[in-house]
Amino acid sequence: MPDALTVEDLLDAYRTMKTIREFEDRVHVEFAKGGIPGFVHLYAGEEASATGVGMHLSKEDKLASNHRGHGHCIAKGVEVKGMMAEIYGKATGTCKGKGGSMHIADLDTGMMGANGIVGGGPPLACGAALAAKMKKNGKIAVVFCGDGASNQGTTFEAMNLASVWKLPVVFVFENNGYGEATGSSYSVSCGDIADRAKGFGMPGRIADGHDFFEVYEAFGEASERARKGEGPSLLEHKLDRFYGHFEGDNQNYRAEGEVQKLREETCCIKRFAATAVSEHGINQSQLEAIDSEVGELIDEAVKFAESSPDPSESDLTTDVYINY
Amino acid sequence: MARKITFQQAINEALDQEMARDEDVVIMGEDVVGGAGTEGEMDAWGGVLGVTKGLWGKYGDRIMDTPISESGFVGAAVGAATAGLRPVCELMFIDFMGVCFDQIYNQAAKFRYMFGGKAETPVVIRTMVGAGFRAAAQHSQCLYPMFTAVPGLKVVIPSNPYDAKGLLIQAIRDNDPVIFCEHKVLYTVEGEVPEDSYTIPFGEADIAREGEDITVVALGRMVHQALEAANTLSSGGISCEVVDLRTTSPLDEETILESVENTGRLVVVDEANPRCSIATDISALVAKKAFEHLNAPIEMVTAPHTPVPFSGALEDMYIPSPDSIVSAVKSVMDFSQ
Repeated sequence: MPDALTVEDLLDAYRTMKTIREFEDRVHVEFAKGGIPGFVHLYAGEEASATGVGMHLSKEDKLASNHRGHGHCIAKGVEVKGMMAEIYGKATGTCKGKGGSMHIADLDTGMMGANGIVGGGPPLACGAALAAKMKKNGKIAVVFCGDGASNQGTTFEAMNLASVWKLPVVFVFENNGYGEATGSSYSVSCGDIADRAKGFGMPGRIADGHDFFEVYEAFGEASERARKGEGPSLLEHKLDRFYGHFEGDNQNYRAEGEVQKLREETCCIKRFAATAVSEHGINQSQLEAIDSEVGELIDEAVKFAESSPDPSESDLTTDVYINY
Repeated sequence: MARKITFQQAINEALDQEMARDEDVVIMGEDVVGGAGTEGEMDAWGGVLGVTKGLWGKYGDRIMDTPISESGFVGAAVGAATAGLRPVCELMFIDFMGVCFDQIYNQAAKFRYMFGGKAETPVVIRTMVGAGFRAAAQHSQCLYPMFTAVPGLKVVIPSNPYDAKGLLIQAIRDNDPVIFCEHKVLYTVEGEVPEDSYTIPFGEADIAREGEDITVVALGRMVHQALEAANTLSSGGISCEVVDLRTTSPLDEETILESVENTGRLVVVDEANPRCSIATDISALVAKKAFEHLNAPIEMVTAPHTPVPFSGALEDMYIPSPDSIVSAVKSVMDFSQ
């Protein structure tokens, strides 16, 4: 275990992972009931990735996310009730119901936004890192991309620029094996995304995205390098998503029984809990207490979202400009 | 007599004064300094046409050369704007919007709305527009209608050095994303410009010439063509009122409508291609809101529905000329029901 992690940290990490899982499982259920509009992309299965990264970030560090962004938001400290209301399109949502699942942002917590454009985030994260560098405030930026975005030109441009300007930014690629319904083994020409780092003059490293401790350690190294002014890094987290590309995806491109097998064998939360109990002196009862807290939190969030009002007609035309 | 400087010097002066005033103002773009990573001198170019020359010597690392990767650095400017800087980003030619447009219209333009009114993105994208340099189809376009159509962006198209300085300072201080279009043919045009810093508010058109018989709405370089046409027409007894839009978003509807209410006739001059352009937009506005004041159909003088040609013979025909404006005005004046 990395030295810096206290028992309190471990319980926090568990709480974050569990909150993400419960949030996503509940959105899955409520979406199927018809309560949630639009496109929703769930993060269940990938919790160790967002959590292991988020534990190294303060509110002033910036995070640019993607369409599968709920987990990144929660790990960055975005309030869960507001997120749920946003996904329901309600006036009480984080973005007043104007953004939705693919555009949750909370600038007060350094969450620059989920993003509906694959590869939209990397240039923006470079900008946030540039601001930190010019203001010399020791802050960093991180951008989460999928294996799909690893093939976008914007991503290549951003990685090159980050090295040219020696920016304090970390590019985290969450390779869950699928860009929509196409395998990353087909679409990523070089095999491991981490190998691309060399071409952009930065270190690249693979971490097991099912293993919180490995993610935590790898991102610790990358973020320390960024904070010291030594420049950008690339991390590839190999992991799995437990749901489809979006809700409603029949996932007929996956092998029969694949998801069930993954849930049984690669669940990052089960793995974390087992290690925490057997190696770090955490009691099962402590974890169960958190389970029950999280269950209540998500219940409350859904009730809050369901009972919140829709945005009003006047909200349609506000917030386009600061002044016009 | 007040000091005269060129349009290009006016822009340089606006950048210089704003960088001196506010250390969060930074500049980035291709060769805005020039010389990075070479054995020759720094500030080698100061922008491809020298508009930012001299700023590196004063402000050092606050003016940054970028790789030729517009999505990367335009997006970085946008991201930096959300994180506390006020970047002025140079997109060398507006024609290059195709290699960075996502970062402008899907990202910068939409943050404030998508994020429920909490985002501020004070970024300025300076970019060259317009034909006349024999630069052919990919370095000569007037693509500002595409930006004007996007909610969340402000679009500025100055016609003279005084406006260029005041509007650029306003753009830098403005907290919304601004597309600032500089017609390359105007860079050498001289005009009176105060040395002190000043701003010109967006959404306030300028009456470049007062007149009574017909309103000619124009923008950017076309204001000069319209003024020349108005001179010619005045000797024939036709009095043109020339309205310089200055900004297409926000648009000063009031000044346009008031002028048409007074004159009863309208010609719109726009160097952009004719479909879905500023010309069609203004025409639709007037047809909808001032129809009862019109004594004749509206005329539009625009480039044809073609790419910008290379050959000088063709390019001169492509660009709306004072003569073509004179003809259009006469045809409107001659209209009888």
